[in-house]
Amino acid sequence: MSNSKAKEYWKKNLRYLAILLTIWFIVSYGCGILFVDELNTIRMGGFKLGFWFAQQGSIYVFVVLIFVYVRLMNKLDKEYGFDE
Amino acid sequence: MSVQTWTWILVGITFSIYFGIAIWARAGSTKEFYIAGGGVSPLANGMATAADWMSAASFISMAGIISFAGYDGSVYLMGWTGGYVLLALLLAPYLRKFGKFTVPDFIGDRYYSNTARTVAVFCALIVSFTYVAGQMRGVGIVFSQFLQVDIIWGVIIGMIVVLFFAFLGGMKGITYTQVAQYCVLIFAFMVPAFFISLQMTGNIIPQVGMGGTLEDGSYLLDTLDSLHTKLGFSEYTTGSKSTWDIFAITLALMVGTAGLPHVIVRFFTVPKVKDARKSAGLALLFIAILYTTAPAIAVFARTNLITTVSEQPYSSSPDWLKNWENTGLIAWTDKNNDGKIQYVAGSSIEGKKPVYTEDRGKHGERLISNANKSTNELYVDRDIMVLANPEIANLPNWVIALVAAGGLAAALSTAAGLLLVISTSISHDLIKKQFKPDISDKGELLAARISILFAVIIAGLFGIYPPGFVAAVVALAFGLAAASFFPAIILGIFDKRMNREGAIAGMVVGITLMLFYMIRYRTGLIGVMDPRPASEWWFGTSPEGFGTVAMVVNVIVSLVVSRMTPPPPQEVQEIVERIRIPSGVGEAVEH
Repeated sequence: MSNSKAKEYWKKNLRYLAILLTIWFIVSYGCGILFVDELNTIRMGGFKLGFWFAQQGSIYVFVVLIFVYVRLMNKLDKEYGFDE
Repeated sequence: MSVQTWTWILVGITFSIYFGIAIWARAGSTKEFYIAGGGVSPLANGMATAADWMSAASFISMAGIISFAGYDGSVYLMGWTGGYVLLALLLAPYLRKFGKFTVPDFIGDRYYSNTARTVAVFCALIVSFTYVAGQMRGVGIVFSQFLQVDIIWGVIIGMIVVLFFAFLGGMKGITYTQVAQYCVLIFAFMVPAFFISLQMTGNIIPQVGMGGTLEDGSYLLDTLDSLHTKLGFSEYTTGSKSTWDIFAITLALMVGTAGLPHVIVRFFTVPKVKDARKSAGLALLFIAILYTTAPAIAVFARTNLITTVSEQPYSSSPDWLKNWENTGLIAWTDKNNDGKIQYVAGSSIEGKKPVYTEDRGKHGERLISNANKSTNELYVDRDIMVLANPEIANLPNWVIALVAAGGLAAALSTAAGLLLVISTSISHDLIKKQFKPDISDKGELLAARISILFAVIIAGLFGIYPPGFVAAVVALAFGLAAASFFPAIILGIFDKRMNREGAIAGMVVGITLMLFYMIRYRTGLIGVMDPRPASEWWFGTSPEGFGTVAMVVNVIVSLVVSRMTPPPPQEVQEIVERIRIPSGVGEAVEH
């Protein structure tokens, strides 16, 4: 395997991680904790939005994030010929 | 048929399934024993990880805790699921590529040091033992609660069952029994939830029903909030803990989850890096089914409880209330002699548990000797929320029995996973890698089986004679994992410059700091000193959230020390480059 190819692959991987972990942080620590009072003034049906993020929404987003990551990485592996 | 007959039938059936799988999945080599031969499909591994992860605490206690804590309970929901994102993105694929048997294996090789390996083994043992003690206790409690067996016998039956499939099959046996246990526990958790959601809100999906309306057209959560305000509790949907503490606890739980050795090791069992990523996603999906239902159950149960008991005469209260009073999870004292139940904010008793006298009061209630002077008359144990839910909602007897079988499945699957980590730490990380490197595969397998036997016995003793500090310490196992393993693993993958000196210093400082804080502010020095009060907490951080602080300290110490000492040798830097690329993984290497 060529070294520069591996470096490029790693850089892209790190970029994906940065984006996905930013979303991870925003939905849980942002919407569910730090800005929960502000969001609680908004309603979604019977839920206050901040409360919903803390007890429901963040978990749904977590699941989606991992599957997005799986897809992105499978594509990246193929692109660089690192898949098996 | 009575609840008890149903329970014996369901427990009998599920246990026979576990035994059958154990016999079918016997392990013949250490590779099968430690990592199930590395051939588990992502789907099976996802289910096994979910069962491994969801303990008696998740199944029985979590909904109850949330029910009483409201918004503050969110720390557990986010903390125990968000960690899987870290696991999937930052740990599992790389550790799988590394391809050894245990977490100390990785630490020892990556930091080219047996000292680092020993520190990691020590951390793994502390974390796993604190955790497993709670599980064996959980098995005992389910048995005594539902089958009227003595707690001691409950623990012993649980020990025999775990021993049977862990001893014979090792990781292979445990993996496939965990798949079965996942199915049992999730079915048992969801069936009552569907029924109750439908009864209360007209919507069968609990996650939707939670935001739905009651018969009178008002929103369920609004009704609960106003009930809470009226009775003097803090509003259900807003918290009472400080924002910083909520933040710290959530982060400590997330990072701790990603650093728990019995969870990490599950990702060594799949064939490829790709499978490790996918099975982390599936594991979280399976876990999320329970974790998004639990807060809904919490809301239903809380509303049900308040509307059923508040200001109602005790004499006309439903049967379940009296049943659970008989088992000691509910206590009522008619402090103002009006025959009605006043349930308001504040504890109704002195101390933590009611102390029952032999006598009955004039309404037929069990009298207690430690009632206090507050206006609250009712003591309710938090565990009742899941256990009594089917009765509260008038569900058929087989559903109640199902909950018992589910609780046992949850406790046994987690106990088995932890016991395996303990035995692997001893037979592989200590005996094979440190004391007797020339031991044969057969000899190591025997050593692994003997250590699992001892681990089960010690865990069982913890279950029968729970030391007072265990309950307090289980939640802190996450802090310990966060403060020790997580930084060492992450830095080992993402920082090529990280060296032996930095990692060891970080782990030692991290876990020492966490242990110190835990002992000082939560457990006290057993029998010598009481825990220091909350007013002295550093920056207002609770011991549960302190793992976050200890982790940050670990990272800083590691970085500073590593930059002041020589870089790791060339071949170690090459290992790091290799684990960053998914291809060429092969099977887990025997060595």
